[in-house]
Amino acid sequence: MMLFDDPVFASRFLTLLTLSFHIIYATIGVGVPLFIMIAQWIGIKKNDDHYILMARRWARGFVVTVAVGVVTGTIIGLQLSLLWPRFMELAGQIIALPLFMEVFAFFFEAIFLGIYLYTWDRFEDQRKHLLLLIPVAIGALMSAFFITIVNSFMNAPQGFDLINGELVNANPIMAMFNAAMPTKVAHVAVTAYMTVAFLLAAIAAFQLIRGSNHAYHKKALNLTMKVGLIFAIAAAVIGDFSGKYLAEYQPEKLAAAEWHFETEEGAPLVLYGYLDDDNEIKAAIRIPFALSVLAFGDPFAEVIGLEEFLPEESPPLIIHYYFDTMITIGMFMIFLSLLYWIGKTRNWAFIQSTWYRWLIVLGAPLSFLAIQAGWWMAEVGRQPWILRGIMTVEEAATTSDYVGLMSIFFLLLYIILGVGTVVVLRKIFKNNPVENELASTQGGDSK
Amino acid sequence: MTLEIVGMTVLWTFLFGYIIVGAIDFGAGFFNAFSIITKKQHILSNVIQRYLSPVWEVTNVFFVFFFVGIVGFFPQTAYYFGTIFLIPGSIALILLAIRGSYYAFETYGNRGHKGYAFMYGLSGLLIPASLSIVLTIAQGGFVSMENGNPTLDYYALFTSPLSWSIVVLSIIAVLYISAVFLTWYANKTGDEKATGLMRKYALIWALPLIIAASGIIYELRFHNPAFYNQILDLWWMFGLSFLLWIATVLLIWKRKKYGLAVWLLIIQFALAFYGYGISHFPYLLYPELTVYEGFTNQAMAISLIVTFVLGFALLIPSLYLLFRLFLFDKRYVQGKKPKEGDN
Ligand code: HDD
Ligand code: HEM
Ligand code: HEM
Repeated sequence: MMLFDDPVFASRFLTLLTLSFHIIYATIGVGVPLFIMIAQWIGIKKNDDHYILMARRWARGFVVTVAVGVVTGTIIGLQLSLLWPRFMELAGQIIALPLFMEVFAFFFEAIFLGIYLYTWDRFEDQRKHLLLLIPVAIGALMSAFFITIVNSFMNAPQGFDLINGELVNANPIMAMFNAAMPTKVAHVAVTAYMTVAFLLAAIAAFQLIRGSNHAYHKKALNLTMKVGLIFAIAAAVIGDFSGKYLAEYQPEKLAAAEWHFETEEGAPLVLYGYLDDDNEIKAAIRIPFALSVLAFGDPFAEVIGLEEFLPEESPPLIIHYYFDTMITIGMFMIFLSLLYWIGKTRNWAFIQSTWYRWLIVLGAPLSFLAIQAGWWMAEVGRQPWILRGIMTVEEAATTSDYVGLMSIFFLLLYIILGVGTVVVLRKIFKNNPVENELASTQGGDSK
Repeated sequence: MTLEIVGMTVLWTFLFGYIIVGAIDFGAGFFNAFSIITKKQHILSNVIQRYLSPVWEVTNVFFVFFFVGIVGFFPQTAYYFGTIFLIPGSIALILLAIRGSYYAFETYGNRGHKGYAFMYGLSGLLIPASLSIVLTIAQGGFVSMENGNPTLDYYALFTSPLSWSIVVLSIIAVLYISAVFLTWYANKTGDEKATGLMRKYALIWALPLIIAASGIIYELRFHNPAFYNQILDLWWMFGLSFLLWIATVLLIWKRKKYGLAVWLLIIQFALAFYGYGISHFPYLLYPELTVYEGFTNQAMAISLIVTFVLGFALLIPSLYLLFRLFLFDKRYVQGKKPKEGDN
């Protein structure tokens, strides 16, 4: 099996595995603090216990996911050196700075999260407690910011010269502010917020389907769907900018994602479909001029096709499906949340219906799938390069023979952690339903 | 001071920080599990949980800081150590992952779950053991270059008395450091039973500690004479460390000034740890890689140091706040509710 014979393949496999697993928790880690903050803020402002409880319950679930996020992040951080030693040796000289800054962001986040969680009742003024969340949310966002900078550097390396394989004239700041950075960072942040909004919405919708008719869940659903709509639109807008970035700086990735083989003006956008044995596109939907619009904002612009690149330097064509998945889900979620918003203002009955709520529940796994699809498209679409144009994945990988074996261990670990998260989260919330908790706070003291 | 030395000092200091806070954390997890098995849970769990809960994530960042920092300052270490460290590194990572998450699962979700407590207690002892292997490897003799790629001789590593002594020392050190710290902490909470039990553990592990440490210096004499001689040149650091060890044990024995004992213990370990580091200088990996060959470029080094200073300016006040709220706050430490009437 390739996994055991080929360290390069095994390293790719293990990286794929670890990152795909980490990104689930990382997304939650970036997004949830913002929503806790919003809920707690509304709660204080409106003097509404429901929102305060919302913040508390989200925070209680959050600590469990943070724990797994932290350990999987630690894994990927060390694995970068274990699996891609040649890459880290080179890249360490030029892109270590944001990685290093990221650690400070974690530190900052970890400290204030610890304080926040254990001080719910220590402040007379709830607003002071809310203040503690700001560093948590900023810390999480900064982590995403810095790590995404590293990733954008891999797509658009700059800030140094290579002379005879030696890296000279290093300028770490220039390396950080590379061409891929603005769109990538923005898209990652916005999609994390969007995904978490729909995750929390799904939980609320699920409780409503199960028959709880408590105002708490309705408020939660209302809040998260509306915020989710804003971020979903933002994700699409910034996704469009990402397409323009690709057209200019990584045209081969865009061409592969779009099965755009020949350079042409007024290029159509190819959605879905499959390739037959002669690489002919079958059963696809073509939207005239749309690719030119995505790439340059001009229906007649010329879009470079794959024919202009060496076959061995062209990304795998499979990324087309990843791209389609991401865009379809993005559009679907905009549609779904827009419907909610309109339905809510016009009092349409169907947004209270079970089938519609099931769609909202479905939105959570779909949004996570979109995140995964987006990363697979971005990373696989960079192939064969690890540092675009400079170092290939093959050159970067470890020569150790045991990566395959380790991959099995890590796979088992992720299964255990994934199952553990679900079991523990269920237990926390099942034993402690909202109704009970509200009754006990309202009965007990006068907060 | 050259930039190389600044970089190395920063990293070594963070590693030291990780060893101390990590040891307290790992040891506490172990004592917690041990007390559950021996049914002494009622004595210890409260003290341990109250200390651990807010800080475990912070402990982890020390570790991340170290390995991210070393790749930043010394990118070549990624190549040398990255290639050979795959197996021990992966094992350590898996253990860390189990420990961190099961700790959280137990604390936040399923309090008192024996299986979870046992898992994170045991993994906490094995983590230092697997990580300490990197120190053994760095002393050289286990790595050869094959086709230009570093390869680790696992057989030599696993049959070497030196590597096993280092493993043993790391485990004992965890138990000892943690016991001394928790004696002080339990005493602060006013919990006499817990203090007594932790004090007993501290005394039990004191002697094995010094035997294991001396054993390593003795083994080094055969394994790496050059390194051994450099250690002898710094005899005063190790001697002072030994004296502080005696002082710590005496204080604990006489049930006096537990707070001072913790400080003496930290200084004791610092002296030994920096003594070890200085003797190792300038080698990162004997004899392949030195601090000078492996160093990054000037621009990166300076930006890292600037970031470090700025980052630290941000962290110190935050850490201060954390400690003030949890470690030194009388009411919290003693487990009292902050004010009446709250839930
Ligand atoms: C909820 C998740 C989600 C949703 C709904 C979308 N995206 Fe996305 N997309 C991501 C999640 C994501 C991501 C996971 O965050 C990626 C992976 C790498 C990156 O920078 O962001 C990404 C990458 C990514 C890239 C590649 C960037 C690169 O390789 O450098 C493009 C061109 C787009 N997106 C475009 C879009 C468009 C036009 C969308 C229209 C709706 C869209 N995305 C929705
Ligand atoms: C910032 C978050 C990142 C995410 C979520 C991410 C995600 C992914 C995913 C899903 C893959 C699998 C693609 C495949 O199978 O080909 C992958 C591959 C890879 N990533 Fe990234 N990546 C990120 C950043 C980085 C960074 C910072 C590095 C290195 C420092 C890196 C290095 C790699 C490498 C070497 C591969 C293997 C390429 C291959 O699969 O052949 N990634 N990444
Ligand atoms: C190659 C890619 C990545 C690496 C090397 C990496 C590294 C790490 C490390 C070392 C940690 C643990 C820090 C600690 O000890 O507290 C961590 C956690 C975290 N990472 Fe990642 N990370 C990567 C990708 C990402 C991405 C793409 C995001 C955001 C979109 C992200 C966001 C986070 C967040 C928010 C945490 C804190 C834990 C949590 O809240 O769940 N990371 N990461």
